[in-house]
Amino acid sequence: MKKIKKIKIKVNGKISTIDDNLTMSVYLKKLKIPLKKVAIELNREIIDKNKLKKIILKKNDQIEIVHFIGGG
Amino acid sequence: MEVVKLKKRDQLIVAEKKFNSRLIVGTGKYKSMTECARAIELSGAEIVTVAVRRVNISDKKKPLLMDYIDPKKITYLPNTAGCFNSTEALRTLRLAREIGGWKLVKLEVLGDKKNLFPDMIETIKSTEVLSKEGFNVMVYCNDDPLMAKRLEDVGACAIMPLAAPIGSGLGIQNKININIIRNQTKLPLIIDAGLGTASDAAIAMELGCDGVLVNTAIAKAKKPFEMALAFKNGVIAGRQSFLAGRIKKTLLGNPSSPIKGII
Repeated sequence: MKKIKKIKIKVNGKISTIDDNLTMSVYLKKLKIPLKKVAIELNREIIDKNKLKKIILKKNDQIEIVHFIGGG
Repeated sequence: MEVVKLKKRDQLIVAEKKFNSRLIVGTGKYKSMTECARAIELSGAEIVTVAVRRVNISDKKKPLLMDYIDPKKITYLPNTAGCFNSTEALRTLRLAREIGGWKLVKLEVLGDKKNLFPDMIETIKSTEVLSKEGFNVMVYCNDDPLMAKRLEDVGACAIMPLAAPIGSGLGIQNKININIIRNQTKLPLIIDAGLGTASDAAIAMELGCDGVLVNTAIAKAKKPFEMALAFKNGVIAGRQSFLAGRIKKTLLGNPSSPIKGII
């Protein structure tokens, strides 16, 4: 069996190793992120949550996943 | 006994949205989400400020704000607290809008970590950009009438001058400036930051402000629930005093009882 290539990406400031050729949609599902309650940035650009299936994560991608928390 | 009928619909109107409470409450600094939610309920606030932060990916069991405060019932006002320049503030609010289509936002660009005063140059720049992008921007600012006017000119939907430094609890330090700003603008004027107790809120409302925003004074009071209620009542009392029209101040005594007929 062919070994799946791994790549490194940065998620919320932390380096993470993931399978190559993963879509953003699959990756976020793995993380169990409640999509309705977050916003996502890929390499400093806001991602349309309807287009997550079309985005394939690449080496050194930087993802930010944010939500609302208590604040003044 | 006849009960005085108060003006029925004395609502706070911001960017064409109507609210029954003139008290806006922050959701930070509470001991727990439960405490925060209960304090908000008691305060009667219909708008709460919220912050935008990274999701904790490693600990997904951490409670979410939205599970405690229903954004369908209470208007979330995303805030840029902690941003020190225009780029950070714009990024934060664009993300906030993406979370759930929020257009009504609070802009706060700080200039100094010690006193947390707003950087008005960055604030004006950001307000202009955000207004052009279709945001309704409520803007935290200094109690400077000229700066307040500039904000109005670049499209702010509400002017939110500080009473005193954030979290200081000092109450309104410059009533004259707040008065001047009140007289020069028809935009909602909301005192943001620096209130310590309910009477501070009442004073703001008596000056003719449209509302107040409070966080630390409630969250860090010995009894946050009681203080939430106190602020609710303080805001109502101040607003009613303002609408009632107070008597003129005089330096000399003026007897309350008639002089005629004294024995």
